[in-house]
Amino acid sequence: MTSQVSSPAEQTDGTVVGEQRTAAGAKDVRRLDRVIIRFAGDSGDGMQLTGDRFTSETASFGNDLSTLPNFPAEIRAPAGTLPGVSSFQLHFADHDILTPGDAPNVLVAMNPAALKANIGDLPRGAEIIVNTDEFTKRAMAKVGYDTSPLEDGSLDGYQVHPVPLTTLTLEALKESGLPRRDAERSKNMFALGLLSWMYHRPTEGTEKFLRAKFAKKPDIAAANIAAFRAGWNFGETTEDFAVSYEVAPAATAFPPGTYRNISGNLALAYGLIAASRQADLPLFLGSYPITPASDILHELSKHKNFGVRTFQAEDEIAGIGAALGAAFGGSLAVTTTSGPGVALKSETIGLAVSLELPLLVVDIQRGGPSTGLPTKTEQADLLQAMYGRNGEAPVPVVAPRTPADCFDAALEAARIALVYRTPVFLLSDGYLANGSEPWRIPELEELPDLTVQFAQGPNHTTADGAEVFWPYKRDPHTLARPWAIPGTPGLEHRIGGIEKQDGTGNISYDPANHDFMVRTRQAKVDGIDVPDLDVDDPDGARTLVLGWGSTYGPITAAVRRIRKEGGRIAQAHLRHLNPFPRNLGEVLRGYDTVVVPEMNLGQLATLIRAKYLVDARSYNQVNGMPFKAEQLAAALKEAIDD
Amino acid sequence: MTDADTLLQLVPKAEGKQTMKDFKSDQEVRWCPGCGDYAVLAAVQGFMPELGLARENIVFVSGIGCSSRFPYYMNTYGMHSIHGRAPAIATGLATSRRDLSVWVVTGDGDALSIGGNHLIHALRRNVNLKILLFNNRIYGLTKGQYSPTSEVGKITKSTPMGSLDAPFNPVSLAIGAEASFVARTVDSDRKHLTEVLRQAADHPGTALVEIYQNCNIFNDGAFEVLKDKQRAQEAVIRLEHGQPVRFGTDGSKGVVRDPATGDLKVVAVTPDNEADILVHDAHTASPTTAFALSRLADPDTLHHTPIGVFRSVDRPVYDTLMADQLDTAVDQHGKGDLAALLAGGDTWTVVG
Repeated sequence: MTSQVSSPAEQTDGTVVGEQRTAAGAKDVRRLDRVIIRFAGDSGDGMQLTGDRFTSETASFGNDLSTLPNFPAEIRAPAGTLPGVSSFQLHFADHDILTPGDAPNVLVAMNPAALKANIGDLPRGAEIIVNTDEFTKRAMAKVGYDTSPLEDGSLDGYQVHPVPLTTLTLEALKESGLPRRDAERSKNMFALGLLSWMYHRPTEGTEKFLRAKFAKKPDIAAANIAAFRAGWNFGETTEDFAVSYEVAPAATAFPPGTYRNISGNLALAYGLIAASRQADLPLFLGSYPITPASDILHELSKHKNFGVRTFQAEDEIAGIGAALGAAFGGSLAVTTTSGPGVALKSETIGLAVSLELPLLVVDIQRGGPSTGLPTKTEQADLLQAMYGRNGEAPVPVVAPRTPADCFDAALEAARIALVYRTPVFLLSDGYLANGSEPWRIPELEELPDLTVQFAQGPNHTTADGAEVFWPYKRDPHTLARPWAIPGTPGLEHRIGGIEKQDGTGNISYDPANHDFMVRTRQAKVDGIDVPDLDVDDPDGARTLVLGWGSTYGPITAAVRRIRKEGGRIAQAHLRHLNPFPRNLGEVLRGYDTVVVPEMNLGQLATLIRAKYLVDARSYNQVNGMPFKAEQLAAALKEAIDD
Repeated sequence: MTDADTLLQLVPKAEGKQTMKDFKSDQEVRWCPGCGDYAVLAAVQGFMPELGLARENIVFVSGIGCSSRFPYYMNTYGMHSIHGRAPAIATGLATSRRDLSVWVVTGDGDALSIGGNHLIHALRRNVNLKILLFNNRIYGLTKGQYSPTSEVGKITKSTPMGSLDAPFNPVSLAIGAEASFVARTVDSDRKHLTEVLRQAADHPGTALVEIYQNCNIFNDGAFEVLKDKQRAQEAVIRLEHGQPVRFGTDGSKGVVRDPATGDLKVVAVTPDNEADILVHDAHTASPTTAFALSRLADPDTLHHTPIGVFRSVDRPVYDTLMADQLDTAVDQHGKGDLAALLAGGDTWTVVG
């Protein structure tokens, strides 16, 4: 491979990377086709904000991009320690990319802890920008540096740019009149300014953002903007930074359209609002704050002018309870949570199965079991979503594959819930939730029609000729029961969690009726109309890699690598996990080897082995981080060669 | 117009005259013969026509337990949900559908044990719900274990040597949870029960009505002291707004404030102290005196048990506040424009 980016780092997705030098004034400008930058600092250093801003600049410039925020669960972990390091990785390119990248070309380390925690991920030759002001004896000793890594030669294999970020920031702000502590806080903007210069990022957006964010504190806004500009100017004037880089917009990689950058949780929230509009039903969210799902609650709370009701409940159970109550009343009802919350909601999900009311259960998966790793990603709730209830309680499961896909997945989950009158799981995860990528903004006419018809009158004639309403008389095609909402005259009825008689919905303990109802509820879910699974197999491969959810990016990047090197591998990715696409069994039987990479111990593999008697191989990683494409490619290659 | 008037007007009225029969469903009532629940059901069915609300706009939501079968017997919309969760479910329904009259039927185990959290939060939010808490001081449906309102030392199947935990006083609990309306009544006193229901129905916000209800199978006679004419004279304190709190034969006893502690106490009424007898004010903003009244009852003997409306105050209703915020958001930002929302601020265009 002839890849070369800003440093000759080993890259992962198999795309061709070239370099060319042009002279631009006093300083060299090099053209790159992609770059991976990681900002790292203390939890309180504002690294997530810095990364977000750099991402926004990059998005508005038109690069393709993918991001990976990574932060501790503690709001302010002890300063200067390894567990307290917060980082934000951004991969951007002039062509389409699939992952935040395996190894950064550039690390911005705001302190010794940030350097120590991240240096292991850097390939030789990578650039490191360090804030030298923080490399005091004490700070270095805290993370176990006996000697200064800036002086002891341990960084000789890297291009180190020592920058006294704190001093320079204070110097730039000495006229501001701000107390030292406040002025120092702007050092992340100095770093952002420097990186913005290095990569020719547009800056207006950030200045506008800072003015809006600190509208009520104009002196703070001014200080941040001054630090941001000082960082830019520092790059422009200092000899240490001899080269800057250009990454051209990825115009040819994208279909025509208007684009924006979007994170998974934001896309999911927008998908819910869009579903509400397309169904012409008011949106009701019952939720309890939990990482990493809370941002959906925050986002929806901002959009009350769309008729969105958000209810922050006393606990997870009340969150879903209120949503179910709203569903009974005719709202598009949603509850958002993460794995521990799903455990608490299980009984109510079972009730929703029995009541046969539409309800979206959004699970932003995180590391488990128990409290687990609140800020890290995992896919280990699949079996909980499938089976985590008492009795036979089938629930459809839909999983988005990328941050932007959360929008479409939310609409699809809503479609299933509304058409089939059932709770539906939407299984996202921390990686999708916080990661971001460009999204082609859809035209409203492209959105699916989700309108529903409430029951309006009697639907059954009794033996004596009376016209009555039977709440459990089903649509023969979908097996869905009628949705008769309170306020509809003549359709007064009672529903509950006790087994009901087929048709009338009256309490029934009859053994044959129970057997029939259990099978009917299962048949309803089994019969949900889902599209067939697409298989990408250009070379007639004998090995299939099957994934679901957020592993789409790394798997696709790994598949590209393999094919680039002449390997033959087929790829398929599941969006519907219950029911599975009709053709899944046939697809699986078409290959000698099926590999299932998952961020769990093999939950999808268990399901398909059980259902299709296919000897699927698991490839698992449960370390709270997404797969690295390179490792995944190696594992897939092994499977092909076996 | 008061909040109460506004809220009541949101629920459509029935077109014709209603009768008790209109509110009876076709389902066979399956409580044990002699259960106090029958009396409450009859009282509620008998009272509903008086409200004159469109039947289709009335919803009964219940949890689990004997009393929670109640919705099946009402010819309205209804949901028999899961243990303890009725207030949460009803909150979602009431806040999203202000045109409904939403009633919760629950029991002492359902509301105060497994569902204690939802009950107190519904009360503090002041959601427009009417909660009927059937208190029989025992678990009936699971066949006779002690409940969170059972007296200490209760001998049951699960406590053969007597229960150890102190009981909740539901009225005290509700007042402590910021309830805006709290009342207590007794299953066998149809007139009193109906009067309390009437006031609860008129109340904007959450109304909690504790109904002492006899379980003739597992805790028979638990409230006999309040029902036996003779003994009730000394046991029951009937609270009426604006009236002195007196009870006993010919009102021989009364409640006064103890100047030393500020607490309430029962005294024999004399010409000397008659002027000091507490006059019940259910509408006073402070819950202090209502709470003190709730503490007069002896949890073991039920002596000095006040019944009636302890507290009925106007407080902003959660559903109204939520609806107002939606209106305000439209006023401030205009009606939501999905295309504009999806486009956001920073976009770029790729031309084909």
